[in-house]
Amino acid sequence: MSKRINVALIGNPNTGKTSVFNLLTGLTQKTGNYPGITVEKKEGICSLPKGAKAHIIDLPGTYSLNASSLDENLVIELLLNKNDKDYPDLAVVVADVENLKRNLLLFTQIKDLGIPSLLVINMSDRMLRKGISIDVEKMELALQTKIALVSTRKKTGIDNLKNMIANHRKLSSTSCLDFTQIDSAYFESLQKTFPNQSVYKLWLVITQDVNFANINRNSITQTEGTHTRSASFLKRLQQRETIKRYQFINQVLKSSYNVNMEEATDFRSRLDRVLTHKFWGYVIFFVILLTIFQAIFDWSSYPMDTIDSAFVSLSESAKTQLPSWFVPKLIAEGIIPGIGGVVIFIPQIAILFVFISLLEESGYMSRVVFMMDRVLRRYGLSGKSVVPLISGTACAIPAIMATRNIENWKERLITILVTPFTTCSARLPVYLILIALVVPDTRVLGANLQGLVLMGLYLLGFVMAIGAAQVMNKLLKMPYPNTFVVEMPNYRLPLLRNVLITVYDKTKSFVLEAGKIILAISVLLWVMASNGPGANFKNAESIVTQTTQLTGEALEQKIVAHKLENSYLGLVGKTIEPTIRPLGYDWKIGIAIVSSFAAREVFVGTLATIYNVGTDEEDTIKNRMAAEIKPNGQPMFDLPTGMSLMIFYAFAMQCMSTLAIVRKETNSWKWPMIQLVAMTAIAYLAAFVTYRILLYI
Amino acid sequence: MTLAELNKGEKAVIEDLVTDSVPLKLIEMGCLPGNAIELVQLAPFKDPMYLNVNGAHLAIRRETAHNIYIKKLAS
Repeated sequence: MSKRINVALIGNPNTGKTSVFNLLTGLTQKTGNYPGITVEKKEGICSLPKGAKAHIIDLPGTYSLNASSLDENLVIELLLNKNDKDYPDLAVVVADVENLKRNLLLFTQIKDLGIPSLLVINMSDRMLRKGISIDVEKMELALQTKIALVSTRKKTGIDNLKNMIANHRKLSSTSCLDFTQIDSAYFESLQKTFPNQSVYKLWLVITQDVNFANINRNSITQTEGTHTRSASFLKRLQQRETIKRYQFINQVLKSSYNVNMEEATDFRSRLDRVLTHKFWGYVIFFVILLTIFQAIFDWSSYPMDTIDSAFVSLSESAKTQLPSWFVPKLIAEGIIPGIGGVVIFIPQIAILFVFISLLEESGYMSRVVFMMDRVLRRYGLSGKSVVPLISGTACAIPAIMATRNIENWKERLITILVTPFTTCSARLPVYLILIALVVPDTRVLGANLQGLVLMGLYLLGFVMAIGAAQVMNKLLKMPYPNTFVVEMPNYRLPLLRNVLITVYDKTKSFVLEAGKIILAISVLLWVMASNGPGANFKNAESIVTQTTQLTGEALEQKIVAHKLENSYLGLVGKTIEPTIRPLGYDWKIGIAIVSSFAAREVFVGTLATIYNVGTDEEDTIKNRMAAEIKPNGQPMFDLPTGMSLMIFYAFAMQCMSTLAIVRKETNSWKWPMIQLVAMTAIAYLAAFVTYRILLYI
Repeated sequence: MTLAELNKGEKAVIEDLVTDSVPLKLIEMGCLPGNAIELVQLAPFKDPMYLNVNGAHLAIRRETAHNIYIKKLAS
């Protein structure tokens, strides 16, 4: 049996590389992280003809091997390191038929590394409409490779591609470029000094800041004397290299590729005229955002109600069916309500991810980047900060990773620092339940008032992010080159398959990640709430019975309340109560805030667990919260307390994972610590002011 | 003249560029002497600029455009 081959999928962004990956691997794919760094690693297994298998890695999209970001660095490091277990036996370079010239630049670079390569020309279904014709045989001959014409939209050409992968041994690995044509003296002396290495690899090591396992960077620069070469000398050589590559590509395309330019740009330019219009472009963008937030609220209510009542009956039947000792009780009273607190938000999170991936897949996001650059630059951000700020509405972690393509360190740093202010999906559980409790379900001007409040909270997050950016822009004094290059891809109808896979993937990881934390915390909370120090907890029953005249159900409730107050959990809550009382919270809410320090969504699960401990009747979390009263007889969750809580969660840095990712991306503890302290202080003050104002209205 | 002086809808040919001030990524996307360039769209305040360079569509800031020398083509 032959050994499983490693195949690396490489290509420019917007070439449909991920669609090719999805078609090759189907649902065998899994997403993880590269060890030590947070670049997403997608891999999967592809079945080839004659029972062979290929291990496929979807490398991050890159325009060239001259890396300008962490993601691109990773591509080079893998391609230069023959000892890596993922080092490819074959590189499959994906190109878009309409941008073939530019896409081939990367192909020539890969080929010069000496890795057997084949070319996939994707979106071949558009050739006829765009007036493109390709002579595949001539192009294969000129590029010394095999070419697969593929349409991921029509699912054609994939079997042909699999055949080519299976026959990878027949592929040529000759290079495209003769480096001595660029600067014969320089490259000949380089080759003479290191006769056993490929010139292109040496050149990459000299010009890139990458770790290279086989060749020591310092030994090259010292032996060869490169350290005496100025950066601008090297950059001139890189420019000349690029020109030579394009000359080669033009030669290839002249004999094998034909395009009628007039037909090609009509649709996109008409759409661009509207979508990037000085006035209407912004109106359209705003309407799209409004639609998304309304959808999150309106569309998700039915599945959420279903999930909610399902968990209630599950917990109830667990309570009656399971024996009454420690573990089953923990499951029924701690774990099931805790998990229910996360599962219920799957519909919303899924809807949010659907919209975000539609914006990205369609090519619209780049237009927003274009429109917003000038506006955001005033606040020390970049147009590219739009992507983190919008995808931050799903989760700050991928959003902060998405800042990597911002070229300027200052703009990138500010984006990283303010992104956690945008309303992430972990805040949604908190907002939704509080809105449902304190905002009436009426219609104002045809829109759902609860939806409008939610929209307001999202806007508040954005406004706060922009405001904080402006402050940082004033405070941070650092010079930086003002570079900004963004590709404006063709408009495309998003592929349903890609959207669904993304949504499934992201939702799953959200639920699993949140689920793990919530599970651990709800177990801890339940144990702390079910046990207490001293006689006050143990003898709760007799103490309460002696001090009141109550009987029956009221007496039972009083006993339960007394027990909780004197449990370990109650003691913790009581201790911190003085600090949060000015914001309108009691010790139970205090416990929920403390336990949700690691992750915001824990808040609802905690309240569910606290209000569930020791009681027998089942009810939804919302009804339990509505039944809570303050000492003065008012509902605990009235408008002042509810709004104060929402404002607190809007601004507070209640997310360990975000702090960890900021630490990684900025490579210092300084920035996450500043974030933590500043955001908590802002949250406390803003919640205090909100509570006080609403109390007097 | 430089690319910054081009008006919306106008076409030109790149003549030269200040290598040190133009990002390599832009060069690799086809922004090279001899290639055709068209100003497709301008954002408010005429910045950034949405270009078609040699068939590649991209946007850059006005500041970078000052470093790209062009020869305007008659429309």
